[in-house]
Amino acid sequence: MEVGPTCHYVMGGVEVDPDTAMSKVPGLFAAGEVAGGMHGSNRLGGNSLSDLLVFGRRAGLGAAEYVDGLAGRPAVREDDLQAAQDRALLPFSTATEGGENPFVVQLELQKTMHEFVGIIRKADEMEMALKKLEDIATRTRTVSVTGHREFNPGWHLALDLRNMLLVSLCVAKAALERQESRGGHTRDDFPVMDSDWRHVLLVLSALGGGQRRAGAPGAGRDAARAARPVRDGRAEEVLHRRGTGRARADQGEKA
Amino acid sequence: MTYDAHFRVWRGDAESGELVDYPVAVNEGEVVLDIIHRLQQTEAQDLAVRWNCKAGKCGSCSVEINGKPRLACMTRMSTFDEDETITVTPLRTFPVVRDLVTDVSFNYTKAREVPSFAPPPELAPGEYRMQQVDVERSQEFRKCIECYLCQNTCHAVRDHEENKEAFSGPRYLMRIAELDMHPLDVADRKEAAQEEHGLGYCNITKCCTEVCPEHIKITDNALIPLKERVVDRKYDPVVWLGKKIFKRAGA
Repeated sequence: MEVGPTCHYVMGGVEVDPDTAMSKVPGLFAAGEVAGGMHGSNRLGGNSLSDLLVFGRRAGLGAAEYVDGLAGRPAVREDDLQAAQDRALLPFSTATEGGENPFVVQLELQKTMHEFVGIIRKADEMEMALKKLEDIATRTRTVSVTGHREFNPGWHLALDLRNMLLVSLCVAKAALERQESRGGHTRDDFPVMDSDWRHVLLVLSALGGGQRRAGAPGAGRDAARAARPVRDGRAEEVLHRRGTGRARADQGEKA
Repeated sequence: MTYDAHFRVWRGDAESGELVDYPVAVNEGEVVLDIIHRLQQTEAQDLAVRWNCKAGKCGSCSVEINGKPRLACMTRMSTFDEDETITVTPLRTFPVVRDLVTDVSFNYTKAREVPSFAPPPELAPGEYRMQQVDVERSQEFRKCIECYLCQNTCHAVRDHEENKEAFSGPRYLMRIAELDMHPLDVADRKEAAQEEHGLGYCNITKCCTEVCPEHIKITDNALIPLKERVVDRKYDPVVWLGKKIFKRAGA
């Protein structure tokens, strides 16, 4: 029997407020595997369930409280809706221009992340992965699908690819930045745990400078090492585009 | 160890469809679902198939392979000859949504029709007491992953749309049997099994047992014992007489 490692659980996730489970996007709440922070570098067996129960409740209460605090019903901007629809349907129109099959791009993304940001990580390999991800980002934007909108797995994947790419970028960038081994993160070039890193969390943001560190007060090394700005050409654009969506959500609420 | 297999996959929707031939590469150790996914990567990216765990535990990838109801993720390619044509079709008993995906809501409707566990009203949670042997008896039925292969293969509904109204199918009759075996359940499951869920439609041909990927002995351990208890209640002359007397006394 062939035995191999596989991705089983994502321990990082959307940055949320621990009490209300609200993310940095007003009105967007996250709980469970999609949210970051609960498990640190290791998820103990059974912890996901308690995570769901505790933070699911907090998210529910937080969302209810948020809605109660709103002056009026937030409105969706018509042009936002149109832009989202156009973006979702884009893979159908690129078909005529000979775009790639989304399944082929997904396979490439899987291969890249498995080989270069896998179980044992090295700086040069992760840098190579980030370069490859740039290329995959370009290919992701031009995938094309055939057929129609009813239960079309190719189209579903084309929609998911953007998010898969975003998560892959976050994982690769944060893993490259963390120069130690801890829990599920093993660096061949930094094989031991480093106590200075203990209080440091890495946050990737689409707005303002890309990557920052959230640390406990007085975690000495944080201040000394300024967060490296992330400039990734095409990849940055993906992150940035999500950023504009966020700004619009703010405006929508005021409306 | 790679070879080219000949796949024949049903493509279509609720209105019409046809079998389409695909030559496709097969590697050592692969299962039918892997090949379906390869078809999406190569020739048919809009080929619809429902799947999730790839480990035979979610019950999503139920299809018919060479006419036999199977889980695509648990059907090894090594069980076929290299020159064999492998035909993959959607579950026949349920309406097609698209390609290999069917609308299985019949099963959800039937599930809702089975009243849930009914403990004695005077018993508070925490006061439930039962023998280990009673606990173990129903464990086999709890292995069900709801792949609906049994519901699909059962001849009572497979080619008899008209029976769907009256018959709940092996999966839900098994659920009723499980509740009926529960020593703390006080609901009348026997009468309901016969009158409302169509237990009598079952001819104990054991087709459901044969296709069950969890190897649950549906017919032997759930349906036959349930039939016996129903018969015991419905046709026992003493019970019948008792009912008569009770009715007369009550009138």
